Amino acid sequence: MYFCTDFTDTIICSKMQRKTLVRLLSVLLFIVSFSAVAQHGMDVKEIAPGPEGNKTKKEEIKEFINHHLLDSHDFNLFGSTDELTGETKHYGFPLPVILWDGGLHTFMSSEFHHNNGVVVSNGNQYTLYHEKIYRTDAEGTINYDEKHHPTNVRPLDFSITKSVVMMLLTSLLLLWLFHSLSKSYAKNGRLPRGIGRFFEPIVLYIRDDIAIANIGEKKYKKYLPFLLTTFFFIWFLNMFGLTPLGVNVTGNIAVTTALAVIVFLITTFTGTKDYWKHIFDPLGDGMPWVGKILIYIILVPIEILGLFIKPFALLIRLYANMTAGHVVLMSLIGLIFIFKSWIGGPLSFGLSFAISLIELLVALLQAYIFTMLAALYFGFASETHAEHEAHEGEVQHL
Amino acid sequence: MTIPTIVGAGLAVIGAGIGIGMIGGKAMEAIARQPEAYGKIQTAMLIAAALIEGIGFAAIFAG
Repeated sequence: MYFCTDFTDTIICSKMQRKTLVRLLSVLLFIVSFSAVAQHGMDVKEIAPGPEGNKTKKEEIKEFINHHLLDSHDFNLFGSTDELTGETKHYGFPLPVILWDGGLHTFMSSEFHHNNGVVVSNGNQYTLYHEKIYRTDAEGTINYDEKHHPTNVRPLDFSITKSVVMMLLTSLLLLWLFHSLSKSYAKNGRLPRGIGRFFEPIVLYIRDDIAIANIGEKKYKKYLPFLLTTFFFIWFLNMFGLTPLGVNVTGNIAVTTALAVIVFLITTFTGTKDYWKHIFDPLGDGMPWVGKILIYIILVPIEILGLFIKPFALLIRLYANMTAGHVVLMSLIGLIFIFKSWIGGPLSFGLSFAISLIELLVALLQAYIFTMLAALYFGFASETHAEHEAHEGEVQHL
Repeated sequence: MTIPTIVGAGLAVIGAGIGIGMIGGKAMEAIARQPEAYGKIQTAMLIAAALIEGIGFAAIFAG
Protein backbone atom coordinates (compact mmCIF):
# COMPACT_ATOMS: atom_id res chain seq x y z
CA MET A 1 0.00 0.00 0.00
CA TYR A 2 1.10 3.53 -0.67
CA PHE A 3 0.94 6.14 2.07
CA CYS A 4 1.67 9.86 1.83
CA THR A 5 4.64 10.75 3.94
CA ASP A 6 5.91 14.04 2.53
CA PHE A 7 4.02 17.23 1.90
CA THR A 8 5.29 17.92 -1.60
CA ASP A 9 3.05 16.83 -4.45
CA THR A 10 0.09 16.66 -2.12
CA ILE A 11 -2.44 16.64 -4.93
CA ILE A 12 -0.84 13.75 -6.77
CA CYS A 13 -0.41 12.02 -3.54
CA SER A 14 -4.06 12.27 -2.53
CA LYS A 15 -5.06 11.09 -5.97
CA MET A 16 -2.83 8.08 -5.61
CA GLN A 17 -4.22 7.39 -2.20
CA ARG A 18 -7.72 7.48 -3.56
CA LYS A 19 -6.67 5.13 -6.32
CA THR A 20 -5.19 2.76 -3.79
CA LEU A 21 -8.36 2.93 -1.77
CA VAL A 22 -10.50 2.16 -4.81
CA ARG A 23 -8.19 -0.72 -5.72
CA LEU A 24 -8.33 -2.05 -2.19
CA LEU A 25 -12.12 -1.83 -2.09
CA SER A 26 -12.50 -3.60 -5.41
CA VAL A 27 -10.22 -6.39 -4.23
CA LEU A 28 -12.35 -6.66 -1.09
CA LEU A 29 -15.59 -6.79 -3.07
CA PHE A 30 -14.08 -9.35 -5.40
CA ILE A 31 -13.05 -11.58 -2.50
CA VAL A 32 -16.46 -11.34 -0.84
CA SER A 33 -18.33 -12.09 -4.06
CA PHE A 34 -15.95 -14.94 -4.82
CA SER A 35 -16.65 -16.40 -1.42
CA ALA A 36 -20.37 -16.30 -2.18
CA VAL A 37 -19.79 -18.06 -5.48
CA ALA A 38 -17.53 -20.64 -3.92
CA GLN A 39 -19.98 -21.44 -1.18
CA HIS A 40 -22.73 -21.64 -3.73
CA GLY A 41 -20.55 -24.12 -5.59
CA MET A 42 -20.19 -26.19 -2.47
CA ASP A 43 -23.94 -26.32 -2.06
CA VAL A 44 -24.36 -27.85 -5.49
CA LYS A 45 -22.40 -30.98 -4.74
CA GLU A 46 -24.81 -32.04 -2.02
CA ILE A 47 -27.83 -31.75 -4.30
CA ALA A 48 -27.05 -35.12 -5.85
CA PRO A 49 -29.44 -37.79 -4.57
CA GLY A 50 -27.67 -39.35 -1.61
CA PRO A 51 -27.78 -42.96 -0.48
CA GLU A 52 -30.81 -42.14 1.70
CA GLY A 53 -32.91 -41.55 -1.40
CA ASN A 54 -34.61 -38.33 -2.46
CA LYS A 55 -34.68 -35.53 0.05
CA THR A 56 -36.29 -32.15 -0.29
CA LYS A 57 -34.09 -29.19 -1.10
CA LYS A 58 -34.64 -27.73 2.37
CA GLU A 59 -33.40 -30.87 4.08
CA GLU A 60 -30.39 -31.02 1.82
CA ILE A 61 -29.43 -27.42 2.57
CA LYS A 62 -29.88 -28.00 6.29
CA GLU A 63 -27.70 -31.08 6.11
CA PHE A 64 -25.05 -29.22 4.17
CA ILE A 65 -24.96 -26.39 6.73
CA ASN A 66 -24.69 -28.89 9.58
CA HIS A 67 -21.88 -30.61 7.73
CA HIS A 68 -20.08 -27.30 7.27
CA LEU A 69 -20.30 -26.46 10.96
CA LEU A 70 -18.59 -29.70 11.94
CA ASP A 71 -14.88 -30.32 11.88
CA SER A 72 -13.75 -32.55 9.03
CA HIS A 73 -11.07 -35.16 8.41
CA ASP A 74 -10.67 -34.01 4.78
CA PHE A 75 -9.70 -30.58 3.58
CA ASN A 76 -12.43 -30.29 0.98
CA LEU A 77 -12.06 -27.22 -1.24
CA PHE A 78 -14.92 -27.67 -3.68
CA GLY A 79 -16.92 -30.35 -5.42
CA SER A 80 -18.91 -30.82 -8.58
CA THR A 81 -21.81 -33.05 -9.55
CA ASP A 82 -22.42 -34.58 -12.93
CA GLU A 83 -26.03 -33.64 -13.75
CA LEU A 84 -26.69 -36.80 -15.73
CA THR A 85 -25.09 -39.53 -13.66
CA GLY A 86 -25.49 -37.78 -10.30
CA GLU A 87 -21.88 -38.58 -9.46
CA THR A 88 -20.16 -36.18 -7.10
CA LYS A 89 -16.48 -35.38 -7.29
CA HIS A 90 -14.70 -33.72 -4.38
CA TYR A 91 -11.56 -31.68 -4.79
CA GLY A 92 -9.28 -31.19 -1.83
CA PHE A 93 -6.63 -33.08 0.03
CA PRO A 94 -6.73 -35.79 2.68
CA LEU A 95 -5.41 -35.24 6.19
CA PRO A 96 -3.65 -37.67 8.51
CA VAL A 97 -5.77 -39.62 11.00
CA ILE A 98 -4.09 -40.40 14.31
CA LEU A 99 -5.99 -42.72 16.67
CA TRP A 100 -5.15 -44.15 20.06
CA ASP A 101 -7.00 -47.43 20.54
CA GLY A 102 -4.84 -49.77 22.59
CA GLY A 103 -1.96 -48.64 20.40
CA LEU A 104 -1.24 -46.00 17.82
CA HIS A 105 -3.09 -46.14 14.49
CA THR A 106 -2.15 -43.73 11.73
CA PHE A 107 -3.42 -43.55 8.16
CA MET A 108 -4.57 -40.94 5.66
CA SER A 109 -8.25 -39.96 5.65
CA SER A 110 -8.43 -40.67 1.89
CA GLU A 111 -8.53 -44.38 2.78
CA PHE A 112 -12.09 -43.84 4.06
CA HIS A 113 -13.18 -43.29 0.45
CA HIS A 114 -12.27 -46.80 -0.68
CA ASN A 115 -13.32 -50.27 0.41
CA ASN A 116 -16.86 -49.28 1.48
CA GLY A 117 -15.52 -46.70 3.94
CA VAL A 118 -13.74 -49.23 6.15
CA VAL A 119 -10.06 -48.79 7.00
CA VAL A 120 -8.06 -51.67 8.43
CA SER A 121 -5.21 -50.58 10.69
CA ASN A 122 -3.16 -52.97 12.84
CA GLY A 123 -5.98 -55.50 12.95
CA ASN A 124 -8.75 -53.00 13.86
CA GLN A 125 -11.39 -51.70 11.47
CA TYR A 126 -12.53 -48.09 11.53
CA THR A 127 -15.22 -46.20 9.70
CA LEU A 128 -16.34 -42.61 9.44
CA TYR A 129 -19.89 -41.65 10.40
CA HIS A 130 -20.90 -37.97 10.49
CA GLU A 131 -17.24 -36.92 10.65
CA LYS A 132 -16.61 -39.08 13.72
CA ILE A 133 -14.50 -42.22 13.69
CA TYR A 134 -15.94 -45.47 15.09
CA ARG A 135 -14.47 -48.93 15.52
CA THR A 136 -16.37 -51.38 13.37
CA ASP A 137 -16.22 -54.84 11.76
CA ALA A 138 -15.15 -55.81 8.25
CA GLU A 139 -18.52 -54.74 6.72
CA GLY A 140 -18.48 -51.33 8.40
CA THR A 141 -21.66 -51.97 10.43
CA ILE A 142 -22.75 -49.26 12.82
CA ASN A 143 -25.19 -50.14 15.59
CA TYR A 144 -27.65 -47.53 16.78
CA ASP A 145 -29.56 -47.07 19.98
CA GLU A 146 -33.22 -46.03 19.96
CA LYS A 147 -32.30 -42.34 19.53
CA HIS A 148 -30.28 -43.19 16.40
CA HIS A 149 -26.95 -42.51 18.11
CA PRO A 150 -24.18 -44.97 17.21
CA THR A 151 -23.21 -47.36 20.01
CA ASN A 152 -19.88 -48.40 18.46
CA VAL A 153 -16.64 -47.79 20.38
CA ARG A 154 -14.99 -44.45 19.61
CA PRO A 155 -11.19 -44.50 19.77
CA LEU A 156 -9.32 -41.46 21.10
CA ASP A 157 -8.98 -39.19 18.08
CA PHE A 158 -5.84 -37.05 17.85
CA SER A 159 -6.18 -36.49 14.11
CA ILE A 160 -4.90 -33.46 12.26
CA THR A 161 -8.36 -32.28 11.19
CA LYS A 162 -9.31 -29.30 9.07
CA SER A 163 -9.58 -27.03 12.13
CA VAL A 164 -6.20 -28.19 13.42
CA VAL A 165 -4.62 -27.49 10.03
CA MET A 166 -6.11 -23.99 10.01
CA MET A 167 -4.95 -23.30 13.56
CA LEU A 168 -1.42 -24.48 12.77
CA LEU A 169 -1.38 -22.36 9.61
CA THR A 170 -2.64 -19.32 11.51
CA SER A 171 -0.05 -19.82 14.23
CA LEU A 172 2.71 -20.05 11.65
CA LEU A 173 1.37 -16.98 9.87
CA LEU A 174 1.28 -15.02 13.13
CA LEU A 175 4.77 -16.17 14.06
CA TRP A 176 6.19 -15.24 10.68
CA LEU A 177 4.29 -11.94 10.44
CA PHE A 178 5.09 -10.55 13.86
CA HIS A 179 8.62 -11.91 13.95
CA SER A 180 9.45 -10.19 10.67
CA LEU A 181 7.68 -7.05 11.92
CA SER A 182 9.76 -6.93 15.08
CA LYS A 183 12.91 -7.39 12.99
CA SER A 184 11.89 -4.58 10.64
CA TYR A 185 11.37 -2.30 13.66
CA ALA A 186 14.88 -3.03 14.86
CA LYS A 187 16.30 -2.35 11.41
CA ASN A 188 14.38 0.85 10.64
CA GLY A 189 15.08 2.65 13.86
CA ARG A 190 11.69 1.90 15.48
CA LEU A 191 9.66 3.15 12.55
CA PRO A 192 6.90 0.99 11.10
CA ARG A 193 7.37 -0.12 7.50
CA GLY A 194 5.00 -1.79 5.07
CA ILE A 195 2.28 -3.84 6.75
CA GLY A 196 3.58 -2.68 10.12
CA ARG A 197 1.81 0.61 9.44
CA PHE A 198 -1.44 -1.30 9.49
CA PHE A 199 -0.70 -3.40 12.56
CA GLU A 200 1.01 -0.82 14.76
CA PRO A 201 -2.17 1.13 15.66
CA ILE A 202 -3.97 -2.12 16.47
CA VAL A 203 -1.19 -3.34 18.74
CA LEU A 204 -1.02 0.06 20.41
CA TYR A 205 -4.78 0.11 20.85
CA ILE A 206 -4.70 -3.25 22.58
CA ARG A 207 -1.85 -2.10 24.80
CA ASP A 208 -3.29 1.29 25.74
CA ASP A 209 -7.05 0.81 25.67
CA ILE A 210 -7.38 -2.83 26.62
CA ALA A 211 -4.37 -3.89 28.69
CA ILE A 212 -3.44 -0.68 30.51
CA ALA A 213 -7.04 0.49 30.87
CA ASN A 214 -8.18 -2.75 32.51
CA ILE A 215 -5.11 -4.17 34.22
CA GLY A 216 -3.20 -1.03 35.17
CA GLU A 217 0.17 0.53 34.40
CA LYS A 218 2.14 -1.67 36.79
CA LYS A 219 1.11 -5.17 35.84
CA TYR A 220 -0.07 -5.05 32.26
CA LYS A 221 3.27 -6.21 30.82
CA LYS A 222 2.85 -9.71 32.22
CA TYR A 223 -0.47 -10.18 30.39
CA LEU A 224 0.10 -8.23 27.19
CA PRO A 225 1.72 -11.07 25.14
CA PHE A 226 -1.25 -13.34 25.84
CA LEU A 227 -3.80 -10.62 25.02
CA LEU A 228 -2.10 -9.73 21.73
CA THR A 229 -1.74 -13.38 20.71
CA THR A 230 -5.37 -14.19 21.52
CA PHE A 231 -6.64 -11.12 19.71
CA PHE A 232 -4.78 -11.79 16.49
CA PHE A 233 -5.35 -15.55 16.66
CA ILE A 234 -9.12 -15.14 17.01
CA TRP A 235 -9.32 -12.31 14.50
CA PHE A 236 -7.33 -14.17 11.83
CA LEU A 237 -9.32 -17.36 12.34
CA ASN A 238 -12.59 -15.42 12.15
CA MET A 239 -11.43 -13.84 8.91
CA PHE A 240 -10.37 -17.22 7.49
CA GLY A 241 -13.91 -18.38 8.25
CA LEU A 242 -15.18 -15.80 5.74
CA THR A 243 -12.90 -16.96 2.92
CA PRO A 244 -13.99 -19.62 0.43
CA LEU A 245 -11.85 -22.18 2.26
CA GLY A 246 -15.01 -23.07 4.17
CA VAL A 247 -13.35 -23.41 7.56
CA ASN A 248 -15.22 -22.83 10.79
CA VAL A 249 -12.60 -22.91 13.53
CA THR A 250 -13.79 -20.29 16.02
CA GLY A 251 -17.32 -21.62 15.51
CA ASN A 252 -16.15 -24.90 17.01
CA ILE A 253 -16.99 -25.17 20.70
CA ALA A 254 -13.89 -27.24 21.47
CA VAL A 255 -11.60 -24.47 20.21
CA THR A 256 -13.35 -21.70 22.13
CA THR A 257 -13.43 -23.93 25.24
CA ALA A 258 -9.66 -24.35 25.05
CA LEU A 259 -9.21 -20.58 24.74
CA ALA A 260 -11.53 -19.92 27.69
CA VAL A 261 -9.78 -22.57 29.80
CA ILE A 262 -6.46 -20.80 29.21
CA VAL A 263 -8.04 -17.51 30.33
CA PHE A 264 -9.47 -19.26 33.41
CA LEU A 265 -6.10 -20.81 34.31
CA ILE A 266 -4.25 -17.51 33.95
CA THR A 267 -6.88 -15.72 36.06
CA THR A 268 -6.74 -18.40 38.74
CA PHE A 269 -2.97 -18.72 38.98
CA THR A 270 -2.14 -15.02 38.84
CA GLY A 271 -4.86 -14.10 41.35
CA THR A 272 -3.56 -12.04 44.26
CA LYS A 273 -4.39 -12.62 47.89
CA ASP A 274 -6.92 -9.80 47.72
CA TYR A 275 -8.65 -11.39 44.75
CA TRP A 276 -9.32 -14.58 46.70
CA LYS A 277 -10.22 -12.59 49.77
CA HIS A 278 -12.76 -10.71 47.67
CA ILE A 279 -14.36 -14.03 46.76
CA PHE A 280 -14.29 -15.82 50.11
CA ASP A 281 -14.40 -12.91 52.54
CA PRO A 282 -15.68 -9.81 50.73
CA LEU A 283 -16.88 -7.98 53.85
CA GLY A 284 -13.56 -8.23 55.68
CA ASP A 285 -13.42 -6.86 59.20
CA GLY A 286 -16.42 -4.63 58.78
CA MET A 287 -18.84 -7.07 60.40
CA PRO A 288 -18.88 -9.58 63.30
CA TRP A 289 -18.57 -13.23 62.21
CA VAL A 290 -22.17 -14.12 63.17
CA GLY A 291 -23.56 -11.70 60.65
CA LYS A 292 -21.01 -12.68 58.06
CA ILE A 293 -21.90 -16.38 58.14
CA LEU A 294 -25.54 -15.62 57.34
CA ILE A 295 -24.60 -13.53 54.34
CA TYR A 296 -21.78 -15.79 53.15
CA ILE A 297 -24.07 -18.83 52.89
CA ILE A 298 -25.52 -17.10 49.84
CA LEU A 299 -22.69 -14.83 48.75
CA VAL A 300 -19.72 -17.20 48.64
CA PRO A 301 -21.40 -19.87 46.44
CA ILE A 302 -22.44 -17.13 44.03
CA GLU A 303 -18.90 -15.76 43.89
CA ILE A 304 -17.48 -19.26 43.32
CA LEU A 305 -20.04 -19.89 40.60
CA GLY A 306 -19.06 -16.56 39.05
CA LEU A 307 -15.48 -17.81 38.70
CA PHE A 308 -16.69 -20.47 36.27
CA ILE A 309 -19.48 -18.49 34.61
CA LYS A 310 -17.05 -15.83 33.41
CA PRO A 311 -14.97 -18.09 31.14
CA PHE A 312 -18.11 -20.04 30.22
CA ALA A 313 -19.78 -16.88 28.91
CA LEU A 314 -16.56 -16.13 27.04
CA LEU A 315 -16.57 -19.45 25.21
CA ILE A 316 -20.30 -19.46 24.46
CA ARG A 317 -20.20 -15.91 23.10
CA LEU A 318 -17.44 -16.53 20.57
CA TYR A 319 -18.79 -19.93 19.53
CA ALA A 320 -22.40 -18.78 19.17
CA ASN A 321 -21.55 -15.60 17.29
CA MET A 322 -19.39 -17.32 14.71
CA THR A 323 -21.77 -20.26 14.32
CA ALA A 324 -24.74 -17.92 13.92
CA GLY A 325 -22.86 -15.92 11.30
CA HIS A 326 -22.01 -19.01 9.27
CA VAL A 327 -25.55 -20.40 9.50
CA VAL A 328 -27.13 -17.11 8.38
CA LEU A 329 -24.69 -16.70 5.52
CA MET A 330 -25.14 -20.23 4.23
CA SER A 331 -28.92 -20.15 4.63
CA LEU A 332 -29.04 -16.99 2.52
CA ILE A 333 -26.95 -18.66 -0.17
CA GLY A 334 -29.29 -21.65 0.08
CA LEU A 335 -32.17 -19.33 -0.94
CA ILE A 336 -31.00 -19.74 -4.55
CA PHE A 337 -31.96 -23.41 -4.49
CA ILE A 338 -35.23 -22.84 -2.68
CA PHE A 339 -36.54 -20.06 -4.95
CA LYS A 340 -35.43 -21.73 -8.18
CA SER A 341 -36.31 -18.61 -10.16
CA TRP A 342 -34.64 -15.40 -11.26
CA ILE A 343 -35.48 -13.73 -7.93
CA GLY A 344 -33.26 -16.13 -5.96
CA GLY A 345 -29.93 -15.11 -7.44
CA PRO A 346 -29.99 -11.34 -6.91
CA LEU A 347 -31.84 -11.65 -3.59
CA SER A 348 -29.41 -14.19 -2.24
CA PHE A 349 -26.41 -12.26 -3.53
CA GLY A 350 -27.60 -8.95 -2.09
CA LEU A 351 -28.47 -10.37 1.31
CA SER A 352 -25.36 -12.53 1.65
CA PHE A 353 -23.19 -9.62 0.54
CA ALA A 354 -24.68 -7.38 3.23
CA ILE A 355 -24.31 -10.09 5.87
CA SER A 356 -20.72 -10.72 4.72
CA LEU A 357 -19.90 -7.09 5.39
CA ILE A 358 -21.50 -7.31 8.84
CA GLU A 359 -19.53 -10.50 9.47
CA LEU A 360 -16.30 -8.64 8.69
CA LEU A 361 -17.21 -6.30 11.54
CA VAL A 362 -18.31 -9.16 13.81
CA ALA A 363 -15.02 -10.99 13.20
CA LEU A 364 -13.11 -8.00 14.56
CA LEU A 365 -15.65 -7.22 17.29
CA GLN A 366 -15.65 -10.74 18.73
CA ALA A 367 -11.86 -10.85 18.85
CA TYR A 368 -11.97 -7.45 20.57
CA ILE A 369 -14.64 -8.50 23.09
CA PHE A 370 -12.81 -11.71 23.94
CA THR A 371 -9.54 -9.87 24.54
CA MET A 372 -11.30 -7.07 26.39
CA LEU A 373 -13.13 -9.38 28.80
CA ALA A 374 -10.01 -11.51 29.33
CA ALA A 375 -8.12 -8.32 30.24
CA LEU A 376 -10.96 -7.33 32.56
CA TYR A 377 -10.78 -10.68 34.37
CA PHE A 378 -6.99 -10.42 34.61
CA GLY A 379 -7.47 -6.94 36.01
CA PHE A 380 -9.79 -8.28 38.73
CA ALA A 381 -7.33 -11.06 39.54
CA SER A 382 -4.21 -8.92 39.76
CA GLU A 383 -5.69 -6.01 41.66
CA THR A 384 -4.48 -5.55 45.22
CA HIS A 385 -6.60 -4.06 47.97
CA ALA A 386 -4.81 -0.71 48.02
CA GLU A 387 -5.16 -0.29 44.24
CA HIS A 388 -8.82 -1.23 44.45
CA GLU A 389 -9.46 1.49 47.04
CA ALA A 390 -7.52 4.05 45.00
CA HIS A 391 -9.45 3.08 41.89
CA GLU A 392 -12.80 3.43 43.63
CA GLY A 393 -11.79 6.80 45.01
CA GLU A 394 -10.92 7.89 41.51
CA VAL A 395 -14.29 6.83 40.21
CA GLN A 396 -16.10 8.71 42.95
CA HIS A 397 -13.98 11.71 42.23
CA LEU A 398 -15.12 11.77 38.63
CA MET B 1 -37.83 -28.74 19.07
CA THR B 2 -41.26 -28.17 20.48
CA ILE B 3 -43.30 -25.01 20.14
CA PRO B 4 -43.00 -23.91 23.83
CA THR B 5 -39.19 -24.06 23.72
CA ILE B 6 -39.11 -22.07 20.51
CA VAL B 7 -41.47 -19.45 21.93
CA GLY B 8 -39.46 -19.32 25.15
CA ALA B 9 -36.20 -18.86 23.31
CA GLY B 10 -37.84 -16.18 21.17
CA LEU B 11 -39.06 -14.29 24.25
CA ALA B 12 -35.58 -14.45 25.79
CA VAL B 13 -34.06 -13.12 22.59
CA ILE B 14 -36.63 -10.29 22.51
CA GLY B 15 -35.54 -9.44 26.05
CA ALA B 16 -31.88 -9.45 25.05
CA GLY B 17 -32.70 -7.32 22.02
CA ILE B 18 -34.51 -4.74 24.12
CA GLY B 19 -31.59 -4.73 26.54
CA ILE B 20 -28.98 -4.14 23.87
CA GLY B 21 -31.20 -1.51 22.27
CA MET B 22 -31.49 0.35 25.55
CA ILE B 23 -27.72 0.18 26.10
CA GLY B 24 -27.11 1.53 22.62
CA GLY B 25 -29.64 4.33 23.05
CA LYS B 26 -28.34 5.35 26.46
CA ALA B 27 -24.77 5.28 25.17
CA MET B 28 -25.79 7.59 22.32
CA GLU B 29 -27.36 10.00 24.81
CA ALA B 30 -24.29 9.85 27.01
CA ILE B 31 -21.98 10.52 24.09
CA ALA B 32 -24.15 13.42 22.95
CA ARG B 33 -23.98 14.88 26.44
CA GLN B 34 -20.25 14.28 26.92
CA PRO B 35 -18.54 13.80 23.56
CA GLU B 36 -15.09 13.85 25.20
CA ALA B 37 -15.93 10.64 27.12
CA TYR B 38 -16.65 8.81 23.84
CA GLY B 39 -13.96 6.15 24.28
CA LYS B 40 -14.88 5.20 27.82
CA ILE B 41 -18.61 5.09 27.08
CA GLN B 42 -18.06 2.93 24.02
CA THR B 43 -15.97 0.41 25.96
CA ALA B 44 -18.49 0.17 28.78
CA MET B 45 -21.30 -0.14 26.24
CA LEU B 46 -19.60 -2.99 24.39
CA ILE B 47 -18.93 -4.92 27.59
CA ALA B 48 -22.54 -4.60 28.76
CA ALA B 49 -23.85 -5.50 25.31
CA ALA B 50 -21.58 -8.54 25.17
CA LEU B 51 -22.81 -9.75 28.55
CA ILE B 52 -26.47 -9.46 27.51
CA GLU B 53 -25.73 -11.07 24.18
CA GLY B 54 -24.35 -14.05 26.09
CA ILE B 55 -27.73 -14.50 27.77
CA GLY B 56 -29.47 -14.32 24.42
CA PHE B 57 -27.27 -17.03 22.98
CA ALA B 58 -27.66 -19.18 26.07
CA ALA B 59 -31.43 -18.96 25.54
CA ILE B 60 -31.11 -19.94 21.88
CA PHE B 61 -29.05 -22.98 22.77
CA ALA B 62 -31.38 -23.97 25.58
CA GLY B 63 -34.34 -23.64 23.20
